[in-house]
Amino acid sequence: MTEQRKRKLNLLWLQSGGCGGCTLSLLCAESPDVLTALEAAGIHLLWHPSISEASGDEFRSLLEQVSAGDTPLDILCLEGAVVRGPGGSGRFHMLAGTGLPMMDWIERLAGLAEYVVAVGSCAAYGGITAGGSNPSDACGLQYDRGEKTGLLGETFRARSALPVVNIAGCPTHPNWVTETLMQIASGRLAEVDLDTLGRPRSYADHLVHHGCPRNEFYEFKASAEKPSDLGCMMEYMGCLGTQAHADCNTRLWNGEGSCLRGGYACINCTAPGFEEPGHSFSVTPTIAGIPIGLPTDMPKAWFVALASLSKAATPKRLKENAVSDHIRVSPGSRPRKRS
Amino acid sequence: MSRRVVGPFNRVEGDLEVHLDIGDDRVQDAWVVSPLYRGFEQILHGKDPRDAMVYTPRICGICSVSQSVAAAMALADSQGLAMPVNGELAVNLILANENLADHLTHFYLFFMPDFAREVYADEPWYPDVAARFRAVSGAAAREVLPARAGFMHLMGLLAGKWPHSLAIQPGGTTRSIEVQEQMRISGILFAFRRFLESTLFGDTLENLLALDSAGQLYAWAARFPPQHSDFCRFLQLADALRLDELGQGGDTFMSYGVYPDGDGQLFGRGVWQAGRLAGLDPALIREDLSHSWMAQRRNPRHPYDGVTVPDAEARDGYTWCKAPRLDGRVVEVGALARQVVDGQPLLRDLVGRSGGNVRNRVIARLLEIARVVVAMEGWARELKPGQPCCNHSPIPQEATGCGMTEAARGSLGHWLKIRKGRILNYQIIAPTTWNFSPRDANGTPGALEQALVGTPLRPGETDPVAVQHILRSFDPCMVCTVH
Repeated sequence: MTEQRKRKLNLLWLQSGGCGGCTLSLLCAESPDVLTALEAAGIHLLWHPSISEASGDEFRSLLEQVSAGDTPLDILCLEGAVVRGPGGSGRFHMLAGTGLPMMDWIERLAGLAEYVVAVGSCAAYGGITAGGSNPSDACGLQYDRGEKTGLLGETFRARSALPVVNIAGCPTHPNWVTETLMQIASGRLAEVDLDTLGRPRSYADHLVHHGCPRNEFYEFKASAEKPSDLGCMMEYMGCLGTQAHADCNTRLWNGEGSCLRGGYACINCTAPGFEEPGHSFSVTPTIAGIPIGLPTDMPKAWFVALASLSKAATPKRLKENAVSDHIRVSPGSRPRKRS
Repeated sequence: MSRRVVGPFNRVEGDLEVHLDIGDDRVQDAWVVSPLYRGFEQILHGKDPRDAMVYTPRICGICSVSQSVAAAMALADSQGLAMPVNGELAVNLILANENLADHLTHFYLFFMPDFAREVYADEPWYPDVAARFRAVSGAAAREVLPARAGFMHLMGLLAGKWPHSLAIQPGGTTRSIEVQEQMRISGILFAFRRFLESTLFGDTLENLLALDSAGQLYAWAARFPPQHSDFCRFLQLADALRLDELGQGGDTFMSYGVYPDGDGQLFGRGVWQAGRLAGLDPALIREDLSHSWMAQRRNPRHPYDGVTVPDAEARDGYTWCKAPRLDGRVVEVGALARQVVDGQPLLRDLVGRSGGNVRNRVIARLLEIARVVVAMEGWARELKPGQPCCNHSPIPQEATGCGMTEAARGSLGHWLKIRKGRILNYQIIAPTTWNFSPRDANGTPGALEQALVGTPLRPGETDPVAVQHILRSFDPCMVCTVH
């Protein structure tokens, strides 16, 4: 450990079947910015496709050095899904300049890395790239959607003995990435810090529902009916915030945003298989008027009873504001009694 | 003559490989390879059309909002739906926020670090440039990242987050604006203007925008030492390395136009060629598959009838990218095309003198930042707190729709066919699909392939640095290119 601390940790970042959005999100990191965060963590960026200097030959010789074990690989980050098609050949992504499928490079390098980190839901589980008919046969590093049948498979362990660290999200919040990397670099990420899907519990032990600014509407089941309405989006608009593992409404994005604050439903983008909900993203499927997906850990009978009770008691203010795009009825204020 | 495979090219969005024939210390011929296929057009087949708003922004993390805007426009077209004024203003602000942040990312993080390469170590300007622009460790990145992140708080306010927002909808935006947001937006824009004026330009945006000829631009630059601002530094490098002679393309420039403003657009639509502006007829767009790894390649098709069936063994194929052509012609898209089509006087003058090239593409991007910030300040003032931001209408059972907008790096189009309430066909042509397209059935190379021919090599080079300047001058987005 002390030996390691003298030396900066080498981080290699690769991108495959994804959009690069987790990197672009990472560049929005603040207080500190991402470069300062890496420096603070004692992490040396061996190479990152968006910000490093090395191209072509320079990069290929770096890959050779790492492959040969001449340059230690402490952290391997993959952004984007592993692309296995067509027909298991990996030809849908050949790493430029190398003549080899990216899939092969990932497998080779993962075996050499002290920590393997999937950045984003594509690298973790397949994500959007695995949507629809999954034309590129995309999967995650360790998972294929919810099963541990991804490229590296169930038994994979990085040299640190940890499984793949799945910083899931579409995209990832910048600080999910910086904080996890800092945790790794300081030797304080253990298996107990990951949840059952390999996600860092630092953010995955929270629900998007926590801190949702629409909580009062939720409590009274005062529901939004169309885009831009202010009400709770669980009943009609497909919102999965009560089930989604993430701290989006307590940590906030780009200063003070979140999906809910932006006026649209949570689509549970940190979960395996979120890309195929089995219905339109913007509509809540119901049976006899009751949403199929109930809030996490909530007994159904209790939810139904509570919902009908709170619906009966919904104040006029919430009823009207829920289906409006701005506050029509202000909260009342009681005049203070003079003593 | 020797053939070289060059790649991967980083500091572009996504993966990229280029094959070069090199002889007489120059590039004699070039083939551009987009090595990643994901298949969004196949993923979208059979979906509820509204779900395009979830899938299409995820084509690309750097053009995410542009993809949302194109998808929303295509859906709105199919619905016959228009946005309320507030919705249109908010979408303009969100799109402009992304486009300008992308220009900034391109200049500081993707493009300028190439001048800090060792190959230039003997140049007199090298020590200063390397200290400021070296990848990862240069001083400029430490200044630009916080400025960019602060500017993107506008996304937090108007779009919830970036990238991959669902705030943009066919009928407007989901986030209504109150007066406090309007105030915050004007504050954010003020802070961003200050960064631009002090660090990027070293002068007011208005003074920059008043320069309307190459002569005036160079007279302006001559007033300052190169370290006065990053733009001054770039002009010095452009002169020293003759960047106006690098990367000349076919010089047919296309823009779909962008930022609806009243009855028109802030930047107009059209095609600029040989000093003349012509109208743009989207019906004349075709995608040629003759050199793509695609099946069903007979006859180039209009995107409404486009087919995407990958075939890694396709004869003569060398890329996953299709080859879009406008009435059979190769066109260049991007900030330079947008500004020249719109009639921006300085860029028309520069292009009139030296055509499309590395220098002019970069100047266009920077001047566009100045123009758009001024427009954003106006849009922010025009927002009407309390007024609606979104209109609503059901998705039709049978319809077609087309959405055409401009991403930072050029013209982006979505073409949609709805049958029985589901997506029957969804075709996307992204900016870099135009710029980095392969050869077509006539053997005519794409815009970058043309621009690389004649590129000089420095003595002893294996990976020519000029090739890096040229291809990055297009600000390619490879994940959009093939999608």
